[in-house]
Amino acid sequence: MRKAVFAVRTAKEILRDPLNIAFGLGFPIVILVLLSVIQSNIPVELFEIDSLAPGVTIFGLSFMTLFSATLISKDRQGAFLQRLFTTPLTAADYIMGYTLPLLPIAFCQGIICYAAAIIMGLKISINILIAALAIIPISLFFTGLGLLCGSVLNDKQAGGICGALFTNLTAFLSGIWFDLDLLGDLKEFAFCLPFVHAVEIERSIVSGNYDGFSAHVFWVACYAVIVNIVSVCVFTKKMKCC
Amino acid sequence: MDSVVIKGLTKKYKDITAVNGLDLTVRKGELFSLLGVNGAGKTTTIKMLSCLCEPDEGDAFLEGYSIVREKQAVKTVIAVSPQETAVAPNLTVKENLELMSGVCGSAKEKTVKKATEMAELFRLSEIWEKRAGRLSGGWQRRLSIAMALISEPKILFLDEPTLGLDVIARRELWDVINALKGQITIILTTHYMEEAESLSDRIAIMKSGRILAVGTADVIKANAKTDSFEDAFVKIVREGA
Repeated sequence: MRKAVFAVRTAKEILRDPLNIAFGLGFPIVILVLLSVIQSNIPVELFEIDSLAPGVTIFGLSFMTLFSATLISKDRQGAFLQRLFTTPLTAADYIMGYTLPLLPIAFCQGIICYAAAIIMGLKISINILIAALAIIPISLFFTGLGLLCGSVLNDKQAGGICGALFTNLTAFLSGIWFDLDLLGDLKEFAFCLPFVHAVEIERSIVSGNYDGFSAHVFWVACYAVIVNIVSVCVFTKKMKCC
Repeated sequence: MDSVVIKGLTKKYKDITAVNGLDLTVRKGELFSLLGVNGAGKTTTIKMLSCLCEPDEGDAFLEGYSIVREKQAVKTVIAVSPQETAVAPNLTVKENLELMSGVCGSAKEKTVKKATEMAELFRLSEIWEKRAGRLSGGWQRRLSIAMALISEPKILFLDEPTLGLDVIARRELWDVINALKGQITIILTTHYMEEAESLSDRIAIMKSGRILAVGTADVIKANAKTDSFEDAFVKIVREGA
């Protein structure tokens, strides 16, 4: 009950911020449209809608990190979290209350991205629904990172690091905008990060081609588990010394 | 009957002792003020009593619960209105009140009833559906105290509740705090002498983590042999160096 009340508050704070809606929903769709226009003029395999849409959907998840980190850091700085720490809410209530509302938001964001992609020519199939559902476990990595960043950064740092640096890292190291072969030696580094694997999970599901699927899931799952363990440890430590 | 019993409470930050062996008792229904210059240890004391940080030595018992061993139980009998305005900015006044009631475990029906009561007590009806982030400082402070009270605490901590408010908003808040006197135990920290003198049943003057004087405003003035409470405060703090 307590965590549900807190989770509803998290969802309201995020969804009532017009900038969140503009960036979280508007920006990925603008990217989808722009790259599709480029594709229609200069055909590039990477920008074909069945390859582009899964990538942009994962790019959209990077905003979940931004939303989560910004909200938590603002709560910390404005003493709102300090006030809540004096209530009977437990560490688990906070962590779930900050994380769980982002999962349906991420799912809805994925649905909207895929709906826009369908309008732009993506073939309708049950795979799209499965791909949208797969966003939920993938987004655990992004929400966990948001919890971690929100626990250690102030809101300006969270905005800069999660809003500028992290979203660009997600975009450039995931093979959404360009072929990772262009990165040279950095390609191996990109494959050590979860972004490209998250994109490949979505592409596999949309295309129905599951070659190498389990390896991609393994990478993303490992990152999600590690990031969430670290973020829970950091958050609970911060709870004890605010 | 004692509501708060503090025994040898100590908090150190590296080489600095913020609170040094504090012993204090606050009676049920009393409005007790902690006064002191910056760095006196007022806020650290409140943080320890409200389980926001752990003491290095000593203990305190709030309604009989230890802040060291029974934190969750302590949290069911206290509420805090922090120094900074701690409201959820994108939630309405009504939603902020319902949130605090809900996270303290109240059922939906009770939450709605209590929120309505708080709206009447703090005259929040005219801003009921406004988002908290768009309210003036005075309204936010008023809401902040209402949010602390909605959980029906037995002990309320008010950390500099009128800081930064204009004189009218401050007086309005005084009226609200005065109306609460006797009903619950209130521990208030403030920098304003007239606020402490006007509102408090008893006052403790702190410096460098220690209590230099405790008593009613009149007793403190008499002991310091001064006519005004502010002069008494200055004399006690200077002599306590």
